[in-house]
Amino acid sequence: MSKTVELTIDGKKVAAKEGDNILKVARENNIYIPALCYLEGVSSLGGCRVCVVEIRGSPKVFASCVTPVAEGMEVITDSERLRRYRKWAIELLLAERPHVCSVCVANGNCELQQLATELGVDHLRVDRKWTNYELDLTHERFAYDPNRCILCTRCIRVCDEVEGVHAIDLMLRGKNSKVIFDLDDKWGFAESCTSCGKCSAVCPVGALYVKGKPLSEVKKKELVSFVMSRRSEKTIG
Amino acid sequence: MPDGVQQTGLKTDRRLTLLEAAIKKHQYRKDALLEILHIAQELYGYLDKDLLTHISKLLRLPPSHVYGVATFYNLFKLKKPGAHVVTVCMGTACYVKGAEEIVSAIERDFNVKRGGTTPDGKLSLFVTRCIGACAMAPNTIVDGETIGKATPDEVLKKIRAVVGVEKVEAR
Repeated sequence: MSKTVELTIDGKKVAAKEGDNILKVARENNIYIPALCYLEGVSSLGGCRVCVVEIRGSPKVFASCVTPVAEGMEVITDSERLRRYRKWAIELLLAERPHVCSVCVANGNCELQQLATELGVDHLRVDRKWTNYELDLTHERFAYDPNRCILCTRCIRVCDEVEGVHAIDLMLRGKNSKVIFDLDDKWGFAESCTSCGKCSAVCPVGALYVKGKPLSEVKKKELVSFVMSRRSEKTIG
Repeated sequence: MPDGVQQTGLKTDRRLTLLEAAIKKHQYRKDALLEILHIAQELYGYLDKDLLTHISKLLRLPPSHVYGVATFYNLFKLKKPGAHVVTVCMGTACYVKGAEEIVSAIERDFNVKRGGTTPDGKLSLFVTRCIGACAMAPNTIVDGETIGKATPDEVLKKIRAVVGVEKVEAR
């Protein structure tokens, strides 16, 4: 049995398991922290920086998904500064690739779009980059549009840690990064892919999706929670 | 080769034997991947997909992981480089001293793009960040030989000399 620690989040006293991250604990206690790359049930990345929080006593901000809780910690999840940082994070993600909602399968079911609305991103303060990656329609059931990808690596983590296949990974680095199947093969020809569909289920945007259906019909969230609940059962058992 | 590993499209030759010996020496450890990639590039000159597939099978690593690592580092070449390699330093000092002009001149004169190889496979042009010889800026490396404080004309002359020699030898 692991130790329990006590901390306060937004003034509310909560108990948490030692080693858990702040974001997980906050969500368990119905305290909302926006997040994009975080996915419960797989390892944390700390890449999107949307889940930043302040901790009293430190001038820095911390990505709550990769910061473990500690005894007596005082966490602040909402402030003017945090909202400013989160807004910037979303703006930069939007500017990185051509995210055009009106022609996207995920329109209305997109976590990036949802967060942008929530944080009041109505225009971009940086120039947009128009990448021109080729659309991959070679797989029988799924499609992959790298132009909509935000490199959250949820698909990579879920393929590696839940499906146990690791058919997906990142190639190159920085702004040139791209999610790939096997040796940058076309999806339909990637031998190690088991076509389980978990990657498309966890994709927060419309980069990986089921062919021929708008996301509103796929009921993504239900699928994710189903996969993840099976995962946590397995971990406990 | 251990049991259960399928043969890939690689030709069995001395290089492959040496590579497999090196992998064996590392006891097929997954964390030796970077070391193995270095050895493979030394033996083959570049890492093509067949080679990477073979390495991933021997080390029992997912191919996507191997490809991700190989593409992450600039040093690993995934395409066959030309017979002659020209690298122009584009670090801050060299850039200020006119490295861009050198690169453009080479691109124009030899019809090759940075990061690419001429259609005849004679010359590859790469750019890199700071080779650590800023006092000699702008720096160009032609087949391992560094030319410092060079004007575009001098560099072009040197490259023509090197590529030309190859032509004579080929006859």
